[in-house]
Amino acid sequence: MNEAGRSGVKTDTRVDDSPPPKKAPDPTGRPKSPNGLLFLLAVLLPPRFTPESVRYDRRYRTLDKYRFIIGFLGLPLAFYALFVISPFVQAIYYSFTDWSGGPVANFIGFDNFTKMWNDERFWDSLEMSIALAVIAPVVTLMLGMFFAYMITSGGRHRKGQAIAGVAGSSFYKVVYFFPQVLSVAIIAVVWGRVLNTNSGLINGGLDKVGIDGPAWLGGDRTLALIAVLVVLCWSFVGFYVVLFSAAMGAIPKDIYEAALLDGAGRGRTFFSVTLPLIWDTVRTGWIYMGIQALDSFAIVLVMVPEHVLKVTPVFLYERFRDGQYGYATSIGVVLLVLSMAFSLIVMRIGNRDRIEY
Amino acid sequence: MTISETASRPGSTDAPRPDPGSRSGATLNVFSHAFLVLWVILAAGPLIWVALTALRPSVDILSDPMGWPDAFHWENFTNAWTEANIGQYTINSLIILAGSLTGTMLLGSMAAYVIARFTFPGNRFVFLLFAGGMMFPVILALVPLFAVMENFGLLDTRPGLMIAYIAYSLPFTTFFLTSFFRTLPTGVQEAAMVDGASHTRTFFQIMLPMAKPGLVSIGIFNFLGQWNQYLLPLLLNNEEEKSYVLPQGLATLAVSQGYRGDWGALFAGLTIAMLPVLVVYAVFQRQVQAGLTAGALK
Repeated sequence: MNEAGRSGVKTDTRVDDSPPPKKAPDPTGRPKSPNGLLFLLAVLLPPRFTPESVRYDRRYRTLDKYRFIIGFLGLPLAFYALFVISPFVQAIYYSFTDWSGGPVANFIGFDNFTKMWNDERFWDSLEMSIALAVIAPVVTLMLGMFFAYMITSGGRHRKGQAIAGVAGSSFYKVVYFFPQVLSVAIIAVVWGRVLNTNSGLINGGLDKVGIDGPAWLGGDRTLALIAVLVVLCWSFVGFYVVLFSAAMGAIPKDIYEAALLDGAGRGRTFFSVTLPLIWDTVRTGWIYMGIQALDSFAIVLVMVPEHVLKVTPVFLYERFRDGQYGYATSIGVVLLVLSMAFSLIVMRIGNRDRIEY
Repeated sequence: MTISETASRPGSTDAPRPDPGSRSGATLNVFSHAFLVLWVILAAGPLIWVALTALRPSVDILSDPMGWPDAFHWENFTNAWTEANIGQYTINSLIILAGSLTGTMLLGSMAAYVIARFTFPGNRFVFLLFAGGMMFPVILALVPLFAVMENFGLLDTRPGLMIAYIAYSLPFTTFFLTSFFRTLPTGVQEAAMVDGASHTRTFFQIMLPMAKPGLVSIGIFNFLGQWNQYLLPLLLNNEEEKSYVLPQGLATLAVSQGYRGDWGALFAGLTIAMLPVLVVYAVFQRQVQAGLTAGALK
């Protein structure tokens, strides 16, 4: 790719060579400067109209550079500052106000947070969110690691090979990854149908073997929580299989050979060789999954009926819909603090010496 | 970058030729294949069920969810496309994506190029500003973003939604492309400058073509992310049902078809929404996997 790019460049510049600087640029030998008007003109006009006398002036080149930097960085930075940074900063501010969408927002100190503290609905939602953030990463990562290990080393030994991937490994990865390319909203609709009490896939299957399936999303909070966990897990396992099998594939084969020579079985090899060597990836994945689970807004909003189960982001969204803007943003701040705390805790728990190989 | 490189590597461990020898390997092989196949069924099962059910009449779906289609009931698909507005939603999604993806790639690569290749006061700050944006959950910005959009008159408009998509894709796009531009050789850029090419021209005619592999990865990442976006349209594009994007429309359809009892159209709509993405994914699977797992880097 680079090779092609480079040769393309060469021909390109050669074409350009025809009208190039006739006089060798020599800023020092030049009279002190071209006049100011010319200078100003050169900065305002597109580069192709820049007069020769100005073009090689050092100050012009600095100006030209900054003009380019501002031109290129201006729009992206403006968009980013207006629509990303400013809402984040405002969120922190509004969480201390009684803002309800109008022009007035009175500063009310920590009132929103004390209100939250005494709000039973908030605690109910938080309980569910934390349950998801704790359980979902563990289950998903364990499954992901198991399948990734099966894929990278579950194959038959070839002669002289300590480790072999299973046949069709890329097929498995492709299929496992399916849910990752779908929208969470669509996943939620699909699973809403799959888990439907009367006409769902699961209860339909249970019916065939004579079991009356429960109403998964119909009223019981624990059942609904399990359902959300299953969906989260289902949609992310493929991601971790791909991530972990990439990390496992990067481990040098001779380490496995050494382990095999020392008589380590596959289980031992996994816990003493593979896991420590991919630990950094595992830890990053753990944090990522925990934040995804804390943030599982769309799945719960679309899939689970309102009265059955709420997670904190959904609770926030409902307060926003009610017009309690100040209160809603303070819930957002709590969510931010929670996800940061989660990252720190996992970093702490997962802190091991890094192994270089 | 490193992750996306390693992510594309395990292809080398693919499909070892089976060796009829070594018996312990064979049992484990059967065992691991059993588990792997089980998850294939679990991962693809619901999706296949949706596609099959889309071909059955609504009445049959309710009485026997597990049944096979007795004939191909394509009317579900025409119902979904016209009556359930899936056609309109698809077109909306395509229009939004055309604008937002172009904008994201253009603005993201421009900012990344400047950050990666020019020294100026505040360079590091700008980089960290973009990188820092990846750490905040979008839900935190939800309410103020709504107000900002309302103030600019961008609420419930297509440009507004495009701008929001662009703004929220910029942090990762810029972060990813900055590291990519840094890996490109500096000599070419200098040569272009010496030959009298302007900065702009150097960027568009020389640096961008050289950055193509990076642009493809991040382009696929943004394509899927923006096509699948649900939270932003729900917040900023919720006024008129006619202007819904696909995921939003399907979520609404799931509720409304429940009242109407026309499940066939819902299943057909889901199939219409899922199939193109899965086909694109199947074709570009390696790039997609690399692109999406690179997202974990943040």
